[in-house]
Amino acid sequence: MEAIYILWMRQLKRYFRSKSRIVGALGQPLLFLLALGYGFGSVFRAAGQGNYIQFLVPGVIAMTVLFTSVFNGMEIIWDKQFGFLKETLVAPVPRFVIMIGRTLGGATVAVFQGLVVLGLSFLVGFRTPHLLGIPMAIGFMFLLSLVFAALGTAIASVLEDMQGFQLSMNLIVQPLFFLSGALFPLKGLPTVLHYVTAVNPLSYGVDALRSALIDMSHFGMATDLVVLGAGAVVFTVIGGRLFGKIQA
Amino acid sequence: MITVRNLTKKFKNLVAVVKISFEVARGEVFAFLGPNGAGKTTTIKMLTTLLIPTSGEIRLNGYDPVTEQDAVRRSFGIVFQDPSLDNQLTAYENMDIHAVLYKVPRSGRKARIEDLLRLVQLWERRNDKVEKFSGGMKRRLEIARGLLHHPAILFLDEPTLGLDPQTRNLIWEHVKELNRSEGVTVFLTTQLMEEAERMTDKIAIIDHGRIAAQGSPQELKEQTKTTSLEQAFLALTGSTIREEEAGSGDRLRAWLAMRRGGR
Repeated sequence: MEAIYILWMRQLKRYFRSKSRIVGALGQPLLFLLALGYGFGSVFRAAGQGNYIQFLVPGVIAMTVLFTSVFNGMEIIWDKQFGFLKETLVAPVPRFVIMIGRTLGGATVAVFQGLVVLGLSFLVGFRTPHLLGIPMAIGFMFLLSLVFAALGTAIASVLEDMQGFQLSMNLIVQPLFFLSGALFPLKGLPTVLHYVTAVNPLSYGVDALRSALIDMSHFGMATDLVVLGAGAVVFTVIGGRLFGKIQA
Repeated sequence: MITVRNLTKKFKNLVAVVKISFEVARGEVFAFLGPNGAGKTTTIKMLTTLLIPTSGEIRLNGYDPVTEQDAVRRSFGIVFQDPSLDNQLTAYENMDIHAVLYKVPRSGRKARIEDLLRLVQLWERRNDKVEKFSGGMKRRLEIARGLLHHPAILFLDEPTLGLDPQTRNLIWEHVKELNRSEGVTVFLTTQLMEEAERMTDKIAIIDHGRIAAQGSPQELKEQTKTTSLEQAFLALTGSTIREEEAGSGDRLRAWLAMRRGGR
């Protein structure tokens, strides 16, 4: 148990000591909020869909959580190449415990980053109808970040270098984000897109955040919860397996 | 303390280690010498549970690294060839993580960390990020960390690589001292023959994945009819230069350099 705690703590320390990472990670969400939020605002309203900023904020938070938690995998590669990973791999601690500590750490960082974006979104005019939505949103952010921190671990476990990781991340993360309903409503999509969004776990994360923060849901909160919970378990198991197989 | 029988490791397209056998007694300082790419690091990785052998048998402190990983992992401390510290954390925090991972009892933890940091003369710098440390300081910190959990065996994979003579001497003094005071068995690799000659009780020379000779420095010199270990080493391994595949650390540095240059 203490091993999980100390590895979790390590992730947080590394994050809070890297000011550039905190600030740098906020650039993209802000850009999306301002450029898309204000840019498409009038079109969205004219189409009878209401306030686009309200609609977009949960999507951008989900994006932030997705990118930050997947970055957890990048840290594994980093540790592989700078050596610290070996220190943990030869320790008399089950690999699964190490993976859990790291994943929880990465997930916590992602939730924190998501909360910062939520805070910023209040500055650009976002309003949540009831404050109870915020703790619920935190819970969903955490589940969502577990799913993708574990996915990052799984991918990082089988890859050797940064280039490979960045490439596969671009191939996986960008489509996950753009095909999740983070930017557009899921109702009335063409058939292909409908199915693609339905099998994308991020869609359920975006939807869950929307139902918590702006009382608007496509799948229903219960479905979101089940899908995200199952996703977290499945990816943690897969990530744990692959992480356990790393030979240095 | 360490027994190796017919140990072999094959990778996809090369055989790194072929049927090697050797023994290291308790309290001994043992050197594993060989040219680049001879199989030294691969052997250490198999001994320390990081690689699974293709065939052969290993007993380390009485345990099997394949089937009794945790017992083996508690038995040794290691200083890897490439640094394995977290640069963003302080010296003390690096020690503390190790103490937790190796279940060093919480009551004695602080005192043990302080003792070791004082021993390697880093106590005053305990709250500095490792990032700010020189190569020699990092090595000393890694040695201190490797000893934290009172291991029976200390592996040192080229611990003095890239260090100046002053730091090298300091490190070897520490190692000798620890070997005496804690009775720890030392398994080391180095490219510096005079270090090996001065430090060790027993040497095995590995070349092309096979053991070329083993014995005390004196025995190896007698066996090859030479007057220094360096000459004995060259007599046993020849003087052709070996090509080695770059390690992942080198590849990362090359990549970072490329990225910097590209911008």
